[in-house]
Amino acid sequence: MKLNLTLNGRKVSAEIPEDQSLLKFLRSQGCYSVKCGCETSNCGLCTVWLDGTPVLSCNVPAARCEGHSVTTLEGVQAEAEEFGAFLADQGGEQCGFCNPGFIMNVLAMERELHDPTVEEINEYLAGNLCRCTGYVSQLRAIELWLKREVKA
Amino acid sequence: MKRVEELRVVNQPIRKKDYRALVTGQPVYTEDLAPKDCLVVKLLRSPHASALVDTIDISRAKLVPGVACVLTWQDVPKIRYTQAGQSYPEGSPYDRYILDRRLRYVGDPVAIVAAETEEAADKALELIKVKYEVLEPVLDFRASLDNPVLVHPEDDWKELYEQGADVKRNLLCHEDSADGDCEAVLADCDVVVDETYHTVADNQAMMETFRAYSYLDTFGRLNIVPSTQIAFHVRRIIATALGIPKSKVRVVKPRIGGGFGAKQTVEAEPYPAIVTWLTGRPAMIVYTREETTTCGCPRHEMEVHVKVGANRDGHIRAISMYTLSNAGAYGEHSTTTVGLSGHKAISLYGRLEAYHFVADVAYTNLQPAGAFRGFGATQGIHAVESAVDELAHRLNMDPAVIREQNLVRQGQVMPSYFGEVNTSCNLDRCLARVKEMIGWEEKYPRRILPNGHIRAVGLAMAMQGSAISGIDVGGATLKVNDEGFVNLLIGAADMGTGCDTTLAQIAAECLEIPAGQVVTAQVDTDTSPYDSGSYASSTAFLTGGAVYKCAMELIEVIRAEACRQKGWQKEDTDYHDGLVEHIPTGERITLAELAYTSECGGKPMFATANHTCPNSPPPFMTGAAEIDLDPETGKVTLVEYDAVVDCGTTLNPNLARVQTEGGLVQGIGMALTENVRYNFDGSLVERNFLQYKIPTRQDICPINVEFAPSYEEQGPFGAKSIGEVVIDTPCPAIANALENACGVRIREMPITSEKVWRALNER
Amino acid sequence: MLKFKQFKRAETLEEAWKLNQSRANCVLGGTGWLKMGERQWNTAIDLSALGLDGIEETETEFRIGAMVTLRQLEQHPGLNAYTSGAVRDCVKHIVGVQFRNCATVGGTFWGRYGFSDVLTCFLVLDAEVETYPGGVCPLAEFAAKKQDNDILTHIIVKKTPLKAAYESFRNTETDFPVLTVAAARTEHSFRCAVGARPARAELVEGADEAELLARVQGLTYGGNTRAGGEYRAHLAGVLTRRCLAKLKGGEQA
Repeated sequence: MKLNLTLNGRKVSAEIPEDQSLLKFLRSQGCYSVKCGCETSNCGLCTVWLDGTPVLSCNVPAARCEGHSVTTLEGVQAEAEEFGAFLADQGGEQCGFCNPGFIMNVLAMERELHDPTVEEINEYLAGNLCRCTGYVSQLRAIELWLKREVKA
Repeated sequence: MKRVEELRVVNQPIRKKDYRALVTGQPVYTEDLAPKDCLVVKLLRSPHASALVDTIDISRAKLVPGVACVLTWQDVPKIRYTQAGQSYPEGSPYDRYILDRRLRYVGDPVAIVAAETEEAADKALELIKVKYEVLEPVLDFRASLDNPVLVHPEDDWKELYEQGADVKRNLLCHEDSADGDCEAVLADCDVVVDETYHTVADNQAMMETFRAYSYLDTFGRLNIVPSTQIAFHVRRIIATALGIPKSKVRVVKPRIGGGFGAKQTVEAEPYPAIVTWLTGRPAMIVYTREETTTCGCPRHEMEVHVKVGANRDGHIRAISMYTLSNAGAYGEHSTTTVGLSGHKAISLYGRLEAYHFVADVAYTNLQPAGAFRGFGATQGIHAVESAVDELAHRLNMDPAVIREQNLVRQGQVMPSYFGEVNTSCNLDRCLARVKEMIGWEEKYPRRILPNGHIRAVGLAMAMQGSAISGIDVGGATLKVNDEGFVNLLIGAADMGTGCDTTLAQIAAECLEIPAGQVVTAQVDTDTSPYDSGSYASSTAFLTGGAVYKCAMELIEVIRAEACRQKGWQKEDTDYHDGLVEHIPTGERITLAELAYTSECGGKPMFATANHTCPNSPPPFMTGAAEIDLDPETGKVTLVEYDAVVDCGTTLNPNLARVQTEGGLVQGIGMALTENVRYNFDGSLVERNFLQYKIPTRQDICPINVEFAPSYEEQGPFGAKSIGEVVIDTPCPAIANALENACGVRIREMPITSEKVWRALNER
Repeated sequence: MLKFKQFKRAETLEEAWKLNQSRANCVLGGTGWLKMGERQWNTAIDLSALGLDGIEETETEFRIGAMVTLRQLEQHPGLNAYTSGAVRDCVKHIVGVQFRNCATVGGTFWGRYGFSDVLTCFLVLDAEVETYPGGVCPLAEFAAKKQDNDILTHIIVKKTPLKAAYESFRNTETDFPVLTVAAARTEHSFRCAVGARPARAELVEGADEAELLARVQGLTYGGNTRAGGEYRAHLAGVLTRRCLAKLKGGEQA
């Protein structure tokens, strides 16, 4: 079937299998930041934005995105690099495999929550698993990054 | 060697060299890099814990459009090998074929399918018709030894050196080591704790599942790009399994999405490799999460029987241990892990008059185990550090005080640690400081909150090693290029931990240049110097040592080239700050100038070195947990976890801290949420992330990490290892806190709410 | 993996209903559960063009479309004010924000899942399910019915004066629940729904707290991988008492 959508601000038109997941579609479009870590909707590695809202791309049939707008980490490189520098200052990027989904959700959180508490941050990001860091360095990075935003 | 206060690059918290690619999601992992025309490789797996393939019909599967090949046991070399990434001769037995007619666990591969598309591969899998002769399995590792049912009845099972195996008894190896007359000392002790502790086959659960792709290059060589910790072992093992010369195999390691020991086993590589070798086509396998969880190589389940004897004054005089380890269906890393359960637990105590350690490893028809951070020490330390707390309670002593009296100290000879001298050790400071951090004096043992919840504290000590003594090899090559930038070639695998950066810091420190002037190359078995790989807590200590040696040799090469170019005498020169100075005249020549000139008829400025160490200096740590117990439900919630680590000099304090935090949270998962159970047919209950629950960020607590570095003279700039010791304390510390809270002792991990509730009821 | 031959975005409810008469076809909710099945479907029926993605609040009720996500439930001020936050409490542990942005009300209720936090919570409200063309039926009745070939279009929550509370017990914060309890106090009685027993949530009522607790203890509790039946029965008492305390707590405040 034909799929038309806006991908990272660009109009894209592609022929896809009817039952292709958004995750597979995005990787086929060269958005390699989008990773698959499970088959059970638990890991958060494939998080992208659908019309600005974070979703699990493994849980969205690509066909449903007809006429909609999808954003991956490839579409928010400057922000990723800005937040990523805070993460790297903590050594918290580690293996990096969970970073794209995690950073997409961090950026979504920043748009949605005003001055979140630690509990609110942890709740918002609970769907993003990480096995390297134990999450503590990620939290330090987020807190410093959010504070910096306030100053600016 | 420089002391800590003289360091300019090492011990600095610089960013990882690859961070920008990782945080912006660049395509740097195996699956991102694979050629687009890779065949999709999938496996048909056994539904039975023990069976023989009676007949297998692949005729219909081969007819599916797009199917390139379907392989069965008849199509693979009859060469037994091990998938364990270890130095040759491997300690693990040669007990598998790529595909075997005999299937030994639920998930054992029956057939390999390679097709143009995933859909075609799936279709072909469905169309393979197998008739199984179902056999009786051995599913209980306690009942495996001397069971009439054998896991490996075949005649071509072999071990490369004697380790007490008797495969006709399902016995994979046996160890018995002692110092002094342990039984006599125990008999003479005022109090002896005699208990058994059990840990399950926890999953590494790295975010990137097992995967590899392969292709033939211009020269007809088999190139493999796996997600691995052990590039050189992959080369050897694949060549062995396929029965081809090692020269025909090249392995390149890209970025990898976590390993934790899982990728010290050649788990996925053989399948695309044999497809490429037979078809000439590029091929890739990507394990699903379920395959990674059920057909991987998790921690060895162990049951550890401990006897700890002490006098009334708290002097711990003897420890006796018997470990029974569950290998599962194949022997990867079994003979090597089990020893650590004794040697790295007993050795925490420095005033023993005797010890006795006996271990058996049994085959079963369950998922084969492998390497997982902590590697047996975690299981043994859980047992000993729990038993010591039980001992303290029997003696009416503060568990921290009994440890203060008995812990191992610097300079002591450690009979249970192969007689090695404890060359660097701040375990006493780790303990003292963690008590302050957690507020031990105020909080021990417990307090009851207005809502009825109980807050309590518990602690535990741990040690690990730094590389395998006399066996592991670290390697490094350095070469000077245009503008004076320096290539660092290593064979150790950065699996996210940051060794591409920390090893560059060591080189930069030696060469007195900025870390940015050192460029670390991707591991490539064709060009990297040999390195046994990133496991056994070896990279910082051993490869770090190789980098140090190499840099020192390079400095001599640089000075010689400067003398050649300038006509100086070597003894008149000095190297510092990235330049050579002629002392009599004060004239200087920079690396950049030297490099340009050397490229025009000069000598190449490079050096290569390797490093091995006759002993394995242990890192030490102490961890302390504060828990909140809801006595109505039995739920244990962590309030705070504090840890103080002596890993020697931290090469990069940020990365050492993250190692610690990450290891602690894995340990917390092992202690509280990560369960592994089997159904009656030997299949796993916890088979994916729906069931196997690693901690989320809502399941943990504030974690505070500090360092109490000793200075290990044998390590680079005083460094020891950090990667593994950090997983060892949570199980005992949390179990100890629970006993301090309510008197309930859970000896079987994980500590689920239901277990606690049941124990509270039975009190 | 979710496999189907054809994706069909229905233009009308009638079209969706007609397609759904074939057993080879399925209606897509959030697809989180559907995709874990092995089944190959013929046509996947998408309801996202039918305007079912909003929560309408009137003087007397909330009308929640089938395509409303769990995250929308979580964030709806009116619904959470009316239920004293019980709706938020019942969804906030479900996997994560990205998952709740996908999972739909329709898929959740249609599945009548044993582990369902949402079903447990809504059972103590005066909730009804509207299907096409079947019409409206009380939620408890709907939950007990077998799946048919209707299209679930709305969940309707009447604004009957009540106070609600929700408690769940989980082995990890975002895991399936070991047990779920929702309680509500109306003018005349107490209601309690207990789910993940591990069977589907059931509703019990009592004139007072003691009677309610007795009824809760009278339900059947079984074992699965997350806990045994005895422990669940114990937790049911604990969580019910905690819900009741929450209901009281609100009164004092």
